[in-house]
Amino acid sequence: MVNDTSRPPVIEVDDLVVRIGERTIINGMSFEVKRGEILGLIGPSGSGKSVTMRAIVGLLPHQSGVVNVLGRDYAKLDRRERVETERNWGILFQQGALFSSLTVQENIEFPMREHFNLSSKLRREIARVKLDLVGLPPTAAHSYPSELSGGMIKRAALARALALDPQILFLDEPTAGLDPIGAGKFDELIVTLRDTLDLTVLMVTHDLDSLATACDRIVALANGKLLLAGTMAEMRASDHPWLREYFHGARAHNLEG
Amino acid sequence: MGRHVALQEISGQGQVVICSGDWTSLTAQSVEAELAAFRVSDAAPAQLRVDIDGIEKLDTVGAFLLNNFRSRAGDRSGELVGGSEQHRLLLERIEESSKAETVPAPRHVNFLLAPFVKLGQIVVGAGQDIIAANAVQGRLLDAFFRTITFRAPIRFASVVNQFEQIVLRAIPIVALISLVVGAIITQQTILQLRVFGAVIFVVDLAAILMFREIGVLLAAIMVAGRSGSAITAEIGAMRIREEFDALRVMGVDPYQALVMPRIIALVLGLPLLTFVGSIAGLCGAALVARFYGDISLEVFLDRLQGAMSVRSVVVGMVKAPFMAFLVGLLATIEGMKVSGSSESLGQRTTSSVVKSIFVVIVADGLFAVFFAAIGF
Repeated sequence: MVNDTSRPPVIEVDDLVVRIGERTIINGMSFEVKRGEILGLIGPSGSGKSVTMRAIVGLLPHQSGVVNVLGRDYAKLDRRERVETERNWGILFQQGALFSSLTVQENIEFPMREHFNLSSKLRREIARVKLDLVGLPPTAAHSYPSELSGGMIKRAALARALALDPQILFLDEPTAGLDPIGAGKFDELIVTLRDTLDLTVLMVTHDLDSLATACDRIVALANGKLLLAGTMAEMRASDHPWLREYFHGARAHNLEG
Repeated sequence: MGRHVALQEISGQGQVVICSGDWTSLTAQSVEAELAAFRVSDAAPAQLRVDIDGIEKLDTVGAFLLNNFRSRAGDRSGELVGGSEQHRLLLERIEESSKAETVPAPRHVNFLLAPFVKLGQIVVGAGQDIIAANAVQGRLLDAFFRTITFRAPIRFASVVNQFEQIVLRAIPIVALISLVVGAIITQQTILQLRVFGAVIFVVDLAAILMFREIGVLLAAIMVAGRSGSAITAEIGAMRIREEFDALRVMGVDPYQALVMPRIIALVLGLPLLTFVGSIAGLCGAALVARFYGDISLEVFLDRLQGAMSVRSVVVGMVKAPFMAFLVGLLATIEGMKVSGSSESLGQRTTSSVVKSIFVVIVADGLFAVFFAAIGF
C-alpha cells in the first residue's frame, strides 16, 4: 500500500495557514493523505500537530489555504453536506472524550442514534460488534468511562469513532499513556481495522514504534511548516538535525538494524 | 424480488441466494426488512449458496446483517460465493465478533418497588450527609486550630482573594435586592396601616424587619446561590481532575489550603453583607415612605431613633456567621461527593444551592425561636 500513486487522495491540505489570536501556528503547509494509507504526523511539542488535525476537521478556522476532505472543501460546504462529511470521519481525541454520563455501550450507540435509522436491537448488536472489533470484553459495555482504565478508555473511544463506519479515522496520540504491550496491540488493531474496514488513517503520534509498525508514510512538522514527508526509510536517511535526533536518538535504538 | 437479496435459479448450480446493491448503515432498514421477509421454498437445495458478488458497498452493519442471515439459516447455510477480498475479510471478522458473548444490562428495579427503593436511598443518604457533615467539620476545625497555633500557614493571600470574590463582588447585587425588597415591604405595609391611620409605624416595622430578618436572609440566600455553587463546582472539578489528590500527596491538607480560606471569607464577609443589605433595605424603606407614605426624611429618622436599638442590629449580625458557615460546609460536602462524570458535577452543584438555601431558612427559624425564648 505504500506510496501507491494510483490511489486518490482522501485528504488534501494545500498551503494551510492557521492563526490563533496573534500567533501563527501553521504557516503554509501542504500534504495529502491517500486512500487506505496510515499517515503519521510527527513534530516537536508545540509544532502544531494537533492544531493541523483540528483545522482539518473544522474545529479551528483556517485563515488561508484549502483543506479538501473526500474531494470537498469542508469550509465551503452547506449544512447538509457538512453533516455528510462529518459522518464519514471518526475522531479519537487524546483523552478519549467519552461522554461521562453515558455507559460505553450508550457512547457507541449515540452517533448511530443521531445519524442512522436503525432498529434499537440492531443498534445494540452493532455496538457490541464494534466493542469486540476494538478488543474490549463484553463486560465493559455497561461501565461508565470513569470506571475504565486509560487503555480501555482509548479502545472505547476508538469504538465510538468507528460507530458510523467512517472512511477516515483521525487519531490524536492514540498510544500515549499506554504500556508498550498495550500500545503494540493498539498499533496492530489500527492496521487490522484499516485492512478490514477500508479506512484511511491520519494519526498524530510521538511513538516511534507506532511510526515503524503502523504508519505507511510520515509527515514531519516544525514551526508550523512541513519539514519532510516520506516513508520511514526516507525519514531515517534525512540529515535534518531534528529528524536525525528523532530517528537516531537514544529511544530509537530498536529501529536500528 | 427485493433490491438487496433474491433467490435465483442458475443452470447447473440450482438455486442461489443473490445479494446485491449497497449493504450499509444507510440502507440497513430496508435490508433488514427484506431479510426478515425472505423465505426459501422447500424445493431449494439443502445447501443454499450465498453469492455476494453483486454487493457494491458493505460496512459493518451490512456485514452483520448478512452474517445474521446466514447463521439463521442454520444447517442450510452454504458457502459464500464471490465478493471482493475486502468484503470477505470484513465478513470473517464480523462473524468472529458476533460469537462474542453478550452481557445483559444491569436490571432496573421493579417500578412498583422503585418508590420504596428511592425512599430508602433518601433516608440512607440523609444519614450519610450528617456523618459527612461532621467529618468535614472535624477536618475544618482541625485545619483551623493548626492554623491559629501557627502549625500551618495562614494563607493570607488566598483569604483576601476569596473575600473579594465572595464578599466584595456580591455587594452591588445584595444592596440592590435589599433595596427593592425594603421598598416593596414598606409600600405594602403603608397600604395596610393607612386603614388604621397609623402609617408612621411603618418605620418601626421596616427597620426591625430589615435588621433582624430580611437583611441577613437575603444576603445569605444570595451568597448560597452565588458562592455556594462556585465552591461546590470548584472542588468538584478539582476532584475530577485529581488536583485534590495531588494536593494531598504533596503533604498539603486540601481542607486547610482550599476549603478554609473560603469558609473564613464567608464567615467574615456575610455579617458585612448583612449590614450593607440592611442599610440598603432601610434606604428603600425611607424612599417609599417619603414618596408614597408622605413621611419626610426628618420624621423618618426621628422615628427610627425611637424604634431601633443596637439589639436589633446585633440579632441580625449574630446570625450571619453561623449561616455563612453552614453554606460553606454544605458546599464543601457536595463538592466532595462529585464523582467521575460531568453529570454528577451538575447534580451536586444544584443540590448544594438547594440544601444551603433550605438550611439557611431553617436556621433563621431556629434563631427566631431561640431569641424569643431568651427574650432578646
